Amino acid sequence: MKTETLLKVNGISGGYGEEAIIRDISFSIGRGEFLGIIGPNGSGKSTLLRLLSRVLTPQKGYVELEGSDAARMRLKEFCRKVAFVPQDITINFSFTVWEIALMGRIPHLGRLELETKKDFAVTENALSLTDAFHLKEKYIDNLSAGERQRVIIAKALAQEPILLFLDEPTSHLDIGYQIQILDLLKSLNRENSLTIVMVLHDLNLASEYCTRLILLDKGVIFKEGDASEVLTYENIEAVYKTVVLVNKNPLSLRPYVTVVSGENRCKRS
Amino acid sequence: MNKNFKKKILILFAVLVLAVFLGIAKGAVNIPLSQIFLEESRPILYLRLLRVLLAVIVGSGLAVSGTVLQAVLRNPLAEPYLLGTSSGAGLGAVGGIVLGLSAVYIPIAAFLGAIFSFILVYNLAKEGNKVPVQSLILGGVIISITLSGIMVFLIYISDNDALHGAMWWLWGSMQVYNAVLIYAVGAVVLAGIFALYMLSQDLNAISIGEEEAMHLGINTETAKKISFLLTSVITACIVSICGIIGFVGLVIPHIMRLVVGPDHRLLLPASCLAAASFMIICDTLSRSLIAPMEIPIGVITALIGAPVFIVLLKAKQRIR
Repeated sequence: MKTETLLKVNGISGGYGEEAIIRDISFSIGRGEFLGIIGPNGSGKSTLLRLLSRVLTPQKGYVELEGSDAARMRLKEFCRKVAFVPQDITINFSFTVWEIALMGRIPHLGRLELETKKDFAVTENALSLTDAFHLKEKYIDNLSAGERQRVIIAKALAQEPILLFLDEPTSHLDIGYQIQILDLLKSLNRENSLTIVMVLHDLNLASEYCTRLILLDKGVIFKEGDASEVLTYENIEAVYKTVVLVNKNPLSLRPYVTVVSGENRCKRS
Repeated sequence: MNKNFKKKILILFAVLVLAVFLGIAKGAVNIPLSQIFLEESRPILYLRLLRVLLAVIVGSGLAVSGTVLQAVLRNPLAEPYLLGTSSGAGLGAVGGIVLGLSAVYIPIAAFLGAIFSFILVYNLAKEGNKVPVQSLILGGVIISITLSGIMVFLIYISDNDALHGAMWWLWGSMQVYNAVLIYAVGAVVLAGIFALYMLSQDLNAISIGEEEAMHLGINTETAKKISFLLTSVITACIVSICGIIGFVGLVIPHIMRLVVGPDHRLLLPASCLAAASFMIICDTLSRSLIAPMEIPIGVITALIGAPVFIVLLKAKQRIR
């Protein structure tokens, strides 16, 4: 079954200043996909996400969103379709949860236009979806990391996007919160047909949740495909320069990566 | 938006009206409020109205600039003078005095100095078409120190007039009785405040992060550049006629954040009104406490503002 293409990446290169961290990458993202981008530190995962979300301008190539050149769209129009969740954010001022989530409506508002009942309803719904509605009167700087991340995701959902980018959304969270956030994303992906593109460090989480994986290495795509194609010990050892064992998760039957410490490596050989 | 915002703005407005009456009623010469509007006290009423108008302009201009810079630089210690305008104005004024310019041209020299120093800081911080905020803060500090150094040198090698000019600059002064100058500065400050208010939603987004703002469709670099330019022009105008009046631009924004919250659509007008009242009260005290002498306005703003801020901060901590 061929799904409709939502985002098409045509040979983009880019990075910071003159330097190209991402080099001539092309791929496409289908509507309703849950795509994971993995790769070692410095392989360009976050840079790729920044290029796709228009924070960085590509030096070469272009990105098409629903068939039209993303760079030519007005930024606000683009942000009505695409939202972004960062790793963590530090906020110096005492905004309440409600005020933060309501900022997700900014792309839908004109300059000096006030929020209407519809904006409040969308924001309420977004906070309920991420199970953060009861926090709405609290100050964002008084929340735990997990609660804060749920509010940030609610802000992104209040944008009513069709495509959601996430840059390591769970890396500051404990295992319980990690699963909670990823389960939430999975259900948004299934039930609200939200297309998700997520950078993840944890290979096993990527294996469990993503429908397709892109493995980056040194700014190019090393391997692309479903978890069983990408997460082989050959690929991982080649890219991460470390020895691993790849088994199957007994429940999901997806690849499960086991790390091998230096000590155990010596014992075996 | 804040539920009671209409009530809060109304209260602030009422306070401003009371402050205006206080400013008109009190002064070096004691005239009862019932007589101030009579024919024979016209000249005094006119002078006091000018002072009140100047206080409103200075207070609101500095507080709005401070609020905007704190948001854009995401730094609670940011204040209107951070980007070098004050030392530029000081150097311009002292340089003008040393060169023997007539007193009429000193504010112009100060204004040019302020704008010159802002351009210097801005270009020092600029990388390509971006202006990183950390570089801007550092640039502001470096340029301020350099220009102040040159100013001290000029004072050192010249006579008492230059020293007098420097004192005016350091302590701030509301003794401006040139109505044209006040109207001109007032017009610029008013226009600047309106233009900055147009950016209030952008400021909300930028205060949670520059990239965050871009993901919400805000053209961050443009909003930043407009903010830096407008706050610098506002501050340059004020500092060139009144010198440095500290504390207002730093603390009123913080106090108002405690009172109305951090949403700039509400925070900017609130800071504007509160700072206007605050300046009128401070100015009235400065000219009536030990009349006929005037206490430097900077002393009053610091001595009143700090305790008010501490009380509010402590009260808020208890509520949370």
